[in-house]
Amino acid sequence: MSVYYTSLDHFVLLPVLLLALFGCATLLFDFWVFPEAHQRKYLLIFLGLGEAFAGWAYWRQGAALAINGGEISAFHGAVVVDHFALFFHWIFLITTLVVGLISYRYLEVRDEHHGEYYGILMLAQCGMFFLASGNDLVTIFVGLETMAVSFYVLVGFLRAEQRSNEAALKYLLLGGLSSGFLAYGFSILYGIAGSTLLNDISKAVASRGHSDTILFLAIATTTVGLLFKIAAAPFHMWAPDVYEGAPTTITAFLAVGSKAASFALLMRVFASTLGSARSTWEPLLIAAAVLSMTIGNLAAITQTNTKRLLAYSSVNHAGYVLLGVIAGNNTGYKGVLIYLLVYTFMNLGAFLVLTSLTRKGLAGEDINDLRGLMKKSPGHALWMLIFLLSLAGIPPTAGFFGKYFIFLSLIETGHYVLAVLGCLYAAVAIYYYMRMVKAMFIETEEEETPALSTSFGTQVALVVTGVMTLVIGVYPEPFVRLAQQSFQR
Amino acid sequence: MLETGFFYAFAALTLIGAILTVTLRNAIHCAISLIGSLAGVAGLYLLQKAEFLFAVQIVLYIGGIMVLFLFVIMLVNLDAAARERQYHRHWLAAVICTVGSGALITWFLRQGSGTMHLGQSAPELPSAGNVEALSDVLFKQYLVPFELASVLLLVAVVGSVIMAKKRI
Repeated sequence: MSVYYTSLDHFVLLPVLLLALFGCATLLFDFWVFPEAHQRKYLLIFLGLGEAFAGWAYWRQGAALAINGGEISAFHGAVVVDHFALFFHWIFLITTLVVGLISYRYLEVRDEHHGEYYGILMLAQCGMFFLASGNDLVTIFVGLETMAVSFYVLVGFLRAEQRSNEAALKYLLLGGLSSGFLAYGFSILYGIAGSTLLNDISKAVASRGHSDTILFLAIATTTVGLLFKIAAAPFHMWAPDVYEGAPTTITAFLAVGSKAASFALLMRVFASTLGSARSTWEPLLIAAAVLSMTIGNLAAITQTNTKRLLAYSSVNHAGYVLLGVIAGNNTGYKGVLIYLLVYTFMNLGAFLVLTSLTRKGLAGEDINDLRGLMKKSPGHALWMLIFLLSLAGIPPTAGFFGKYFIFLSLIETGHYVLAVLGCLYAAVAIYYYMRMVKAMFIETEEEETPALSTSFGTQVALVVTGVMTLVIGVYPEPFVRLAQQSFQR
Repeated sequence: MLETGFFYAFAALTLIGAILTVTLRNAIHCAISLIGSLAGVAGLYLLQKAEFLFAVQIVLYIGGIMVLFLFVIMLVNLDAAARERQYHRHWLAAVICTVGSGALITWFLRQGSGTMHLGQSAPELPSAGNVEALSDVLFKQYLVPFELASVLLLVAVVGSVIMAKKRI
């Protein structure tokens, strides 16, 4: 315990250092290098460079893992990089890049500032890093708060718009409450183990009996905090309002990045640290999963605002991913990883199309604004069709494989009722996704509206997410292998 | 015995101060109750023999942050805020929820407190070694979260400027 900050520590922390540095650089160079308003979009270069360097660092970590196997543990076990963490780091990287690409046109349309936006985007990604890689309660909690505070700011970024302010305030208050619950659970876990390292807690939990009230209290409060972050029912109340009020690009970031990061933490905590107390947390997660699918699906049917609709659909998807954690065998965890990967591409894509609908003086968030999209912009309409089919889980799109592995794992572990429920709700979900398809393809526009706001960035992002959604659906083999490898320790 | 008495006194000060902070109407009174609450926490630190944290709590929170609070209060239009209704119609539901979950947690804690073997308590330090012990933990075991906290604070500062400024 005598040497601190070794070269190994540096190797593990390098991606975060780079992201934080480039994030700060964006804040610094904002006015300095780009004094004119129309030049501000070139700040995206900093984001691109930051992500490229971080990607290079991840790639090196991946190469080191491939040679040595197992995991790289740094800072005396506080930060761990393994295949599982790396899988999520790549998801965060892709998400941030895509969100950056679709943002600059949106910010121009909404007449908002660029510099702080990209900077905070990258700093939020720093927080996400520690959710996937943190192996110590304090590190995880500070990482979680870094991500959460960044999102409070980003959600309220449209300062001129009342809905955005309201959403930010709501998210701040409810997020603070849920963080309180999580901190309470963490403090009891610390009390049980006498250490903040997850490995020590895992040993302490394993040595305790099954009907342990204090352990139940710790697990229950931790679960409440985590379920809030992934927007699973009954802690989803914030999701529709926040998703609706936030800038559409941030809604995408929130729905994909924040959710994936929280699931990384949830899987690390429940599957490995609290793995021996499965009988305690399984009923809690089952209740949350069933409620999420029920509320998410039934509430989505009546929505007329597309962002609210996708918010409820994301509650529903959280329920499906939880089912994979509940099944808890190899197929289940593999299914969770594939689902999250697929969800990243299809959900980013869907929000991307919604972002293009926002034009000067037109919010473009009502389901009627999708009317006649096929005539107006067939490219957008066809890609959107693919994303919606994928969200509904219809082959040959990627969403099918996400659901397939989850259901398979449920059947393997004998959770037949849950599997049947999941399938039934998947059928319900088709209805409200098809409502959007109907608006795009069958209904016609009532009055003439301006052309969609696209840019080079959004087109690149659209093609990338769309192609990935199709490729994973048609040729899932390499991605399944990747997920398989990510979970084996 | 005396220590237990002090604990309850400080805990009561913390809780009552916190409750008054959210229930009082006048923002100045709220700020003063917050000082009481923070002082109670400082007392709890002292009972844990963490003299350095005690001093820091008073200097930073009660001193620095409260002055900041008062500045904000002076700059904000208070009369308009004081006239507004502070509570929603659903305050009764909120009280029931709070009391209910509080009772539930207390029950669980009472049931399980016997089985809770807290980790070995840290060896008692000579009061001179307090700061050294703290920095030892902060810069060795918790180096990463300590550094990460600077990112967190940066985001918070930048965010509050964005929110407060009309036009950047």
